[in-house]
Amino acid sequence: MAKNTLSSRFRKVDIDEFDENKFVDEQEEAAELQGPDGAEVESLLRQGDMMTAFHVALRNPPVNTKNAVVKERAQAIVLRVLTSFRSSEIETAVRSLDRNGVDLLMKYIYRGFEKPTENSSVILLQWHEKAFAVGGLGSIVRVLTARKTV
Amino acid sequence: MMAYHSFLLEPISCHAWNKDRTQIALCPNNHEVHIYQKERSGWMKIHVLKEHNGQVTGIDWAPESNRIVTCGTDRNAYVWTLKGSMWKPTLVILRINRAARCVKWSPRENKFAVGSGSRLISICYFEQDNDWWVCKHIKKPIRSTVLSLDWHPNNVLLASGSCDFKCRIFSAYIKELEDKPAPTPWGSKMPFGEVMFESSGAGGWIHDVSFSASGNRVAWASHDSTVAIAEGGKTPVVASLYLETLPLLCLTFITENSLVAAGHDCYPALFVYDAERSTITFGGKLDVPKQSAQRGMTARERFQNLDKKATADNKEAVLESLHKNSISQILVLEGDKAKCTKFCTTGMDGGMAVWDVKTLESSMKDLKIV
Repeated sequence: MAKNTLSSRFRKVDIDEFDENKFVDEQEEAAELQGPDGAEVESLLRQGDMMTAFHVALRNPPVNTKNAVVKERAQAIVLRVLTSFRSSEIETAVRSLDRNGVDLLMKYIYRGFEKPTENSSVILLQWHEKAFAVGGLGSIVRVLTARKTV
Repeated sequence: MMAYHSFLLEPISCHAWNKDRTQIALCPNNHEVHIYQKERSGWMKIHVLKEHNGQVTGIDWAPESNRIVTCGTDRNAYVWTLKGSMWKPTLVILRINRAARCVKWSPRENKFAVGSGSRLISICYFEQDNDWWVCKHIKKPIRSTVLSLDWHPNNVLLASGSCDFKCRIFSAYIKELEDKPAPTPWGSKMPFGEVMFESSGAGGWIHDVSFSASGNRVAWASHDSTVAIAEGGKTPVVASLYLETLPLLCLTFITENSLVAAGHDCYPALFVYDAERSTITFGGKLDVPKQSAQRGMTARERFQNLDKKATADNKEAVLESLHKNSISQILVLEGDKAKCTKFCTTGMDGGMAVWDVKTLESSMKDLKIV
């Protein structure tokens, strides 16, 4: 047979990596945010202080890092807080956020949708409804277009 | 207050008006440009311009010299001149290897700019000696398709919106054509290709850009549902607004402080800029829907809705706006960007709407255009 059918290793080459015109996001020198403090959030939850735990969990979102472990950890902490809320308190919590906070919450909610667990989807959908009421379609569009994801 | 004419069943790719607004040139989503004349009872097609081999993506009609420039996905641009009763095209070699996306005559109509997928802007001007249009390229630091362009009133500065998430102001100074421009808030040294301003580029593709009438402000609409305005100065001040609606596709200043923008939500909206506080606020929806008769809902319907949609609402799935699909272009029709009295929108529903600012102001309370 012809020589080029012998090896198919060339099929595994990612040709886009060699494209000299490939678009590379600018590297921002912003400080690497490492995600919220898990221990602090836990203790606040144990004390029953949901609102503060909520706000602490939304601090330092790991948007600048590409480290998957950091992002997983942050996602887990936020999900833990979101599931600890009673349905009736969700709306008040969402209303306590500013515009950037609502956008960030939406990002975490959609991240949570990616890997559904036993009860997570139900709670996330309730959070989604309340966040959507405040942020509108724009906040969802910003989740989709974000170059820096949580 | 609003006059709406449905030209086609397909999207209007782009359009432009002649000086006295009696004729409109538009691309009916194909390779041609159709020119319609306003008659007493509607619009009559009077010319069909056939030269492009690809969809026409931009049309601009120079009011004083009465020349039309078109650009298309066939990587070409043509300058059309009216000879008798026929429009004659002249090819302009843009030297691009991707589709052209937008074209604009400069205020003095002695040059025009074309944005393309080749990640550059072609500045074209007529060289008398060679009897030929030549072009110069602005390449750095554009990293993706240029979607939109707008000229500064000084005929030199050019704002561009690109898919690399940035709005930039370049100098398009051609020494063969003009004297050195006077200093502006964006800077005093303006050699060709100089970047006078660059936005931070955190959001989405920049669909449209617009200079204010004075040229001291530039606004841009981004695909991440934001709109922003930068005020020229030693360090330009940028104000932005995060919208709760779908992304905007087009915008224009109608006064020095007010913007009208429209997009995938199918209605124009007003935005007001407060220079003191550096904020942009949503000024209102400029579309008055017809009051649909409210039907009462039977209990059965309520339960059905609850079962299917998890909500007992019975919001009609019918668009209440004038345009029935995304609005892709907006132009000042009467007046100018300092004081616009009428503006025109075209969209993917094949329709064109003319909006009267005064009637909008009087019919919608709380609407103030500053």
